[in-house]
Amino acid sequence: MNENEKLEAELLLQAIYQKYGYDFRSYAKASIRRRIKKHQAVSGFASISAMQHELIHNEQFFTTLLKELTVNVTEMFRDPDYFFSFRNQVIPVLAEKDHIQIWHAGCASGEEVYSMAIMLEEEGLAGRYRIYATDTCSEALNVAREGIYPVAIMQEGSVNYQKAGGRRSLSEYYTAHYDHVVMADRLKANLVFSEHNLVTDAVFSEMDCVVCRNVLIYFSRVLQDRVFKLFYDALPGGGFLFLGSKEHVRFSNLADKFVKVCGNEKIFKKVG
Amino acid sequence: MKAVVIGTSHGGPKALQQLISALPVDFPVPVLIVLHRHPDGKARAENQLNLACVVTVKQAEEKETVEAGTVYFAPPGYHLLIEDDETLSLSVDEKVNYSRPSIDVLFESAADVYGENLVAILLTGANSDGAEGLRSVKEAGGITIVQKPEDAEAATMPKAALRLMKPDKVLSLSEITSCLSKFLLNHSVDFYECIKGVRS
Repeated sequence: MNENEKLEAELLLQAIYQKYGYDFRSYAKASIRRRIKKHQAVSGFASISAMQHELIHNEQFFTTLLKELTVNVTEMFRDPDYFFSFRNQVIPVLAEKDHIQIWHAGCASGEEVYSMAIMLEEEGLAGRYRIYATDTCSEALNVAREGIYPVAIMQEGSVNYQKAGGRRSLSEYYTAHYDHVVMADRLKANLVFSEHNLVTDAVFSEMDCVVCRNVLIYFSRVLQDRVFKLFYDALPGGGFLFLGSKEHVRFSNLADKFVKVCGNEKIFKKVG
Repeated sequence: MKAVVIGTSHGGPKALQQLISALPVDFPVPVLIVLHRHPDGKARAENQLNLACVVTVKQAEEKETVEAGTVYFAPPGYHLLIEDDETLSLSVDEKVNYSRPSIDVLFESAADVYGENLVAILLTGANSDGAEGLRSVKEAGGITIVQKPEDAEAATMPKAALRLMKPDKVLSLSEITSCLSKFLLNHSVDFYECIKGVRS
């Protein structure tokens, strides 16, 4: 992307913000530029500016671009070591409470939300927890809400599930229909999916755990600070924050408000 | 020259051992590397090279500012990109050429940031990742070097690049090594001159 294209990309993000209210202006630039270029190539526009014209005048086109800009790759029990630590080090602490509130911010199509629900059920917490799973992308949330996935993802999911300390068979948590699977209703009963934008929206409730993995790597330092403040406000003292394996609170201005509680995994506890 | 980017997969650890151990401690620019490896893998390659080399070798962390004399590896399972302010970004965007990290992703973002002040080197490897990225580096005015296919442990990656574009140089690993270290021993030597020297 040359200097002119970089300028066009900036203007495109400004147009999206002013027209539709989604604010990508403080995202880390390199990835967002790559996504913009990719969408330009796929949709066949001669320039980013031409694409900007289209998105201003055609909301349908904006919706497809939004999907590209917000897409987050996820899978069942992604990073099994993290789920293993969650099961063995965090769940015993949570189990002391009558009711457990978990906020999964940036849940994408929901595979990791169902993964966590499975762990909580296996540890005897069925019916005692609620996971509020949020994302900016309504299409991804629809997928998550329905809990219908291609059967192919369960192969790797099953391997990850076992590595994460799974006690049964992953197939006990879904029913298979030809080429897809439907997650069990008893899991869905504990899940609430709703739209929430970390860039522009506020905290909505007090939470015992906040899960936000591989979302902050896409944000600028300034935006990361805003989001850490949201999480800080959502958690009581002793509340848990789960980040992606390459994310850390140490560069944020709330670095001294969280302590790391698990050897290798990015599990933190709010001080106080 | 402001940065060097290197991409490799099969045969990469051995080739990098030779290349990186030849770099002097006062290496004047940062080196960014994508090595295809298993996503569960720890930082074994970085740790071994860090012990064996005089330059600092580490796994890239998000938001850190790149420094001269330091070699950064993309973490397994993450794309590595560089920002305009020379800080590093990671992403879990979908795989490119079945790879995450992808060489194309690193090379293209580095081409955006460094333009003509970039050297991109594509070494041994068993798939075609890196070819598009190398073309982007060349289009942005950077210097492109491909390991001679007959010199590479796996020739697929160099060959794929040569099918797609014409790099500035096609060199053996030892020529690339001597070229880089020669440039670095004398900072005033222009890299282009150095490459010509290797050729003649």
